Amino acid sequence: MTEALRIGVFICHCGTNIGGVVDVPAVAEYASTLKNVVHAECNLYTCSSDGLESIKSAILEYELNRVVVASCTPRTHEPLFRATCEEAGLNSYLFEFVNIRDQCSWVHMHEPELATEKAKDLVRMGVAKAALLEPLEELSSEVIPSAVVIGAGISGMTAALSIAKNGFYVHVIEKEREMGGLLRRLYKLYPTEELADLFLEQRIKAVAGHERVELHLAASIKAITGYVGQFKVVLDENGAEKSIDCGVIIVATGAKELDPEGLYEYDGERVITQLQLEEKLRRDDLNLDGLENVVMIQCAGARGEVVGYCSKICCMNAVKNAKLIKDANPDINVFIAHNELQAYGEEYELYYRAAKKAGVRFLRFPLETRPKVRKRDGKQVVDVFHDRMQMNIPLDADLVVLSVPLVQNPDAERLSKLLKVPLGQDRFFFEAHVKLRPVDFATDGIFLCGTAQGPKDIEESISQGYAAASRATIPLAKGYVLSAAITSWVDEAKCVGCGICESVCPYGAIEVVDTEEGRRARVTGVKCKGCGTCGSSCIKKAVTMHHFTDEQLIAQERAAFATEEVVS
Amino acid sequence: MEEVNVIGFLCNWCSYAGADLAGVSRFQYPPNVRIIRVMCSGRVDPELILDTFLHGADGVFIGGCHFGDCHYLEGNYYAEKKIEMAKRLLKVAGVEPERLRLEWVSASEGGRFAAVMKEFTEEIKVLGPIKFDIERLEAVHIAAADYKLRILATKERELLEGGNKYGEVFTQHEMDRLLDDMVQEVYESKRILLKLKKPKSVKEIALDLNLKPNEVFRHILDLRRHELIEIHEIRDNRPVYIANTREDVE
Repeated sequence: MTEALRIGVFICHCGTNIGGVVDVPAVAEYASTLKNVVHAECNLYTCSSDGLESIKSAILEYELNRVVVASCTPRTHEPLFRATCEEAGLNSYLFEFVNIRDQCSWVHMHEPELATEKAKDLVRMGVAKAALLEPLEELSSEVIPSAVVIGAGISGMTAALSIAKNGFYVHVIEKEREMGGLLRRLYKLYPTEELADLFLEQRIKAVAGHERVELHLAASIKAITGYVGQFKVVLDENGAEKSIDCGVIIVATGAKELDPEGLYEYDGERVITQLQLEEKLRRDDLNLDGLENVVMIQCAGARGEVVGYCSKICCMNAVKNAKLIKDANPDINVFIAHNELQAYGEEYELYYRAAKKAGVRFLRFPLETRPKVRKRDGKQVVDVFHDRMQMNIPLDADLVVLSVPLVQNPDAERLSKLLKVPLGQDRFFFEAHVKLRPVDFATDGIFLCGTAQGPKDIEESISQGYAAASRATIPLAKGYVLSAAITSWVDEAKCVGCGICESVCPYGAIEVVDTEEGRRARVTGVKCKGCGTCGSSCIKKAVTMHHFTDEQLIAQERAAFATEEVVS
Repeated sequence: MEEVNVIGFLCNWCSYAGADLAGVSRFQYPPNVRIIRVMCSGRVDPELILDTFLHGADGVFIGGCHFGDCHYLEGNYYAEKKIEMAKRLLKVAGVEPERLRLEWVSASEGGRFAAVMKEFTEEIKVLGPIKFDIERLEAVHIAAADYKLRILATKERELLEGGNKYGEVFTQHEMDRLLDDMVQEVYESKRILLKLKKPKSVKEIALDLNLKPNEVFRHILDLRRHELIEIHEIRDNRPVYIANTREDVE
């Protein structure tokens, strides 16, 4: 390093939060004796405007080229102190945070002397790391102002239309010849009982007719490469190959009904699924006059039978179909055998009550004793073990309707590999964070909505479609993305191109490529998230994980217990 | 009981946040631990862990996210295998593997973080300050940087779950045997390499390390093939070797 190190250390009292336990002036006094430290001071609150001002003036006055703040946690305050360094003309990555509050004064409140010693050690470790910090840059890269939405169900259509209305070009990719997804098979929608066809027709018209929407029907995805802002999606559209460049991708591939084969004497005629029932209802080929008894079985194949989860929509769907049958012909007996009926929210609760009032009968069975379908002499009987009465109730059933769960499409596995985004335990697409980032994938620039992420009703699918569109529009509107500076870097002179780094990277950010010197690993900075697993795996130690380099971590760890070497 | 030094490497997203929550909740734990933040537990290299033991730590703690919760999807799965490798190396060097501990602590488990810190510090106090033979610990330290062990530590998961190139899946038992053999092999080789800072014959090394001369000779051939050692002189018709000090080799 050509420039002499000039480190400034700022120790925060945090009122009495730190100062009440740790002897802050003593820590500052000690810090000033450390190697390369040219300035050390205490602040009542380093994060206050006075505190920040004193960092800035010290950077100028003492020509500091590294700043260490010992206070709370980088998880909340690092951005603030980094910005302060930047304002004083110092690269923000020349800043190091030392946590002496959350991980010292607050957890050793009754041992002030030991806490003070620990604070000194932590400051010494921070200074040792700071001495090895390097300036880093966040690189800006361009975003192609268009989106790809995979799947033209209700959620995908909602997202596509929303992005198009925001002024960006959208490619909608659908594997079927028509848009609409699962909705195309539905009859009426709960709780409004409007016709699915009418509802869908308006949506399809709006999407197909929009000037900024381009449809790719009967299309399958062959390859996806690139990263946020610069994706390339290769399609097979009616046998012709087509390539689309886009900035963001939304996954809205939907779900399908579980195949009921082998469950509850399913035969597709007198034991059918709810979707098959809806198709019969909308085609009007259910013989409503000839029917006497209909029994619906909830959680068929769900909650531990075939899949582990609750499919969430089947309760209301069964309530709706039962009510529709009852409305059409009140003489038909309609039973819903369920374990726990979910009719959450006011309007669903009211709808459930309306179904009850219309004469739909509800029977609760324990999950360990599920109903059984018996066929005898052309008759069907469903044995339902009644939970309250603790006895078996045989119900005659001309028609048995199975409420089977929604499950992931079989081709999702392939798409998840193409996109390098994960599927969860239940094989549905897995979001970055259930609460904080519910429609993002951990990979930047890829979003999800609808039943591809798990069973959802139409209202939720639409809300999520809007949410995904809103998230996806952010990089499109900005026109650029900043790549994180904390990324890995490969020393090509050391690399032997073995590819072990490529095999551990969850983002495809490090890849072995052909160079003039042979096969070498190379990092795409925009894709890298900075975990550093490539670095700890590299067999030649050719990977440097910026800001958490081997040298920095070793210096920090060695400084913990080696008191003499680092004192000037 | 004597005071002990503990280093904790915590991942930014779960365990470091859990440690912060312990603070916010004022859960008290012994002040022995010094925490170092890393972005992911998968970043923690066995070599770094062993370096930490060489430089004054009596115990090393690694904290990561629970399986399925890793911010980087699978970093913690790799971490688990790397820490296991570091434990195998500690064992070969005669240091109690219990001095190294890996735990999954989520951002919401502040109480658990404090409890784990308390428990671990007490366990290390029972073990007492670390005692080691510097040559043996140094040998495993450089063994951790050896490409064979780095490949195995990283690929173990794949071999156990997905199988090798030919689809042969390893059982944990087979894997343990393979890893133990390989760790022993690399350890012996590194011990020989360290002995050869001064010129020595095969016979002298064999006596020093209590190994059979033919085993030492096998390692010597391998070390020569990798240009890590060279013949220093011929003494009494026998070659005497010395470690290569050229900087462009490993």
